[in-house]
Amino acid sequence: MLYAILCYHDEDLVGSWTKEQDAAVMQKLAVVQDKLTSQGRLGPVARLLPTTAATTLRKDDPPLVLDGPYAETKEQLLGFYLVDCNNLDEALEVARDLGAANPGGAYEIRPVGLFVPGSRPA
Amino acid sequence: MTTTDTAWIDAALTSARPQAVGALLRYFRDLDTAEEAFQNACLRALKTWPQNGPPRDAAAWLIMVGRNVAIDEVRRNRRQRPLPEDDQAISDLDDAEEEIAERLDGSHYRDDILRLLFICCHPELPATQQIALALRIVSGLTVKQIARAFLVSEAAMEQRITRAKARVAEANVPFETPGAVERSERLAAVAAMIYLIFNEGYSASGDTVEIRKPLCEEAIRQARLLLRLFQSEPEIMGLTSLLLLQHARTDARFAADGSLILLDDQDRSKWNQKLIAEGSALIDKAVRHRQSGPYQIQAAIAALHSRAEKPEDTDWKQIDLLYGALELVQPSPVVTLNRAVAVSKVRGPEAALEMIEPLAPRLANYFHFFGVRGAFLMQLGRNEEARVAFDRAIALANTSAEAAHIRMHLDRLMRDSEIAKISKK
Repeated sequence: MLYAILCYHDEDLVGSWTKEQDAAVMQKLAVVQDKLTSQGRLGPVARLLPTTAATTLRKDDPPLVLDGPYAETKEQLLGFYLVDCNNLDEALEVARDLGAANPGGAYEIRPVGLFVPGSRPA
Repeated sequence: MTTTDTAWIDAALTSARPQAVGALLRYFRDLDTAEEAFQNACLRALKTWPQNGPPRDAAAWLIMVGRNVAIDEVRRNRRQRPLPEDDQAISDLDDAEEEIAERLDGSHYRDDILRLLFICCHPELPATQQIALALRIVSGLTVKQIARAFLVSEAAMEQRITRAKARVAEANVPFETPGAVERSERLAAVAAMIYLIFNEGYSASGDTVEIRKPLCEEAIRQARLLLRLFQSEPEIMGLTSLLLLQHARTDARFAADGSLILLDDQDRSKWNQKLIAEGSALIDKAVRHRQSGPYQIQAAIAALHSRAEKPEDTDWKQIDLLYGALELVQPSPVVTLNRAVAVSKVRGPEAALEMIEPLAPRLANYFHFFGVRGAFLMQLGRNEEARVAFDRAIALANTSAEAAHIRMHLDRLMRDSEIAKISKK
């Protein structure tokens, strides 16, 4: 089963990391990702630009375009992983590994209902 | 997070700072008291966070502790005798933290942060003091760090900041929640100050590039902060976009010897594509509002440059139009001078030269005017006049990098005339 691991963290805090701190986190995360890749379980991974770059389309009639992210929260959606796992326990294990590499914030783990791999080359 | 690693705590304190100091300033209505309260709260954080882990809401924790410590201090002074060291007061902070976090999520914190930024750009403060104050109070840079960025002694910077604070204290900063007009005026003043901070860093050259780079990064951090507070302000989107797009070129702007590399000659593979993506996304968002302004126009120009993979791919026609729009909203001979560069690419150096001639009286002491004029004259083959313009530019150069760049043109002129002489013989 495919699981989405949605990464929430305080954007201000992540934005205050020095370049070195940021690079150190990315490097530790790469180790976890490499392991998953070698097991053939890693799907697409994305790190999103800051929420200031976000636009929200409310599907009213007519649709309403709003600046900023959908939810104003203390912690923001900053990225996501798609990982192949047999069950929730396995997905939680992956999330724990990722969390050890990049502490703070939270992961929301959601089973994927429909996955379209898309046609755009990586 | 290894909780003993203080670098992570530093990042948490830095990110919480504007909100925490802003709220403490609202409580105490005195900048020094607010700063001291924050400082004390940070000391407690460094003591307790490594053991207990960081709190869920760092800013709320710091506001709470900062306020308690400061109030204790007042009480202690009143009783004229020291109280026992009281860590108990913050031990059951968790509930209180929830409560205060609830309140902070409300409307206050936006105006708190805006006020904190706004007092730094009080109109009576000269630009250099505004910038120094903002870097000290909002960014939390140490006096030593700021002094280094401004290339002055620590004592001189200390004095500059103290003077600025004294002026702010006299100026009676309003603490009531601002109305809509007042808020938009504050926003404009703060945006201008952030732009100034960026320019301090951006205009560096030679040995000072690395030293002053943090100024650009701080300006971007403050712009993003402001944009997060005012998500739908197109000019704040434009400002943030402009700073990101300009900063994206940093690694390509200077040669190994510190001399300036102009846009046409930059190695574009060194441009930071992530910053360009963010800057372009922001100007895209801003344009949708159809409320143009100088920051948005400048960002749109920067975005067109950043989109060109090679210099010859640059959409100069569109850039010329954008500068035309900028001339309307922000008329200035410097804007016209910049426009002339675009005109020279679209309609040739003759038209461009014609455009800048009327600017001569107002830009008689402006380095770039003579640099640009010399370049147009050189393109027209009027080498003798070009040499005169370049000589004047060198005399007006502010930095050795600027002078070196013009000297390069002069050398080329010299070589060309040598070749001309030889071929005549």
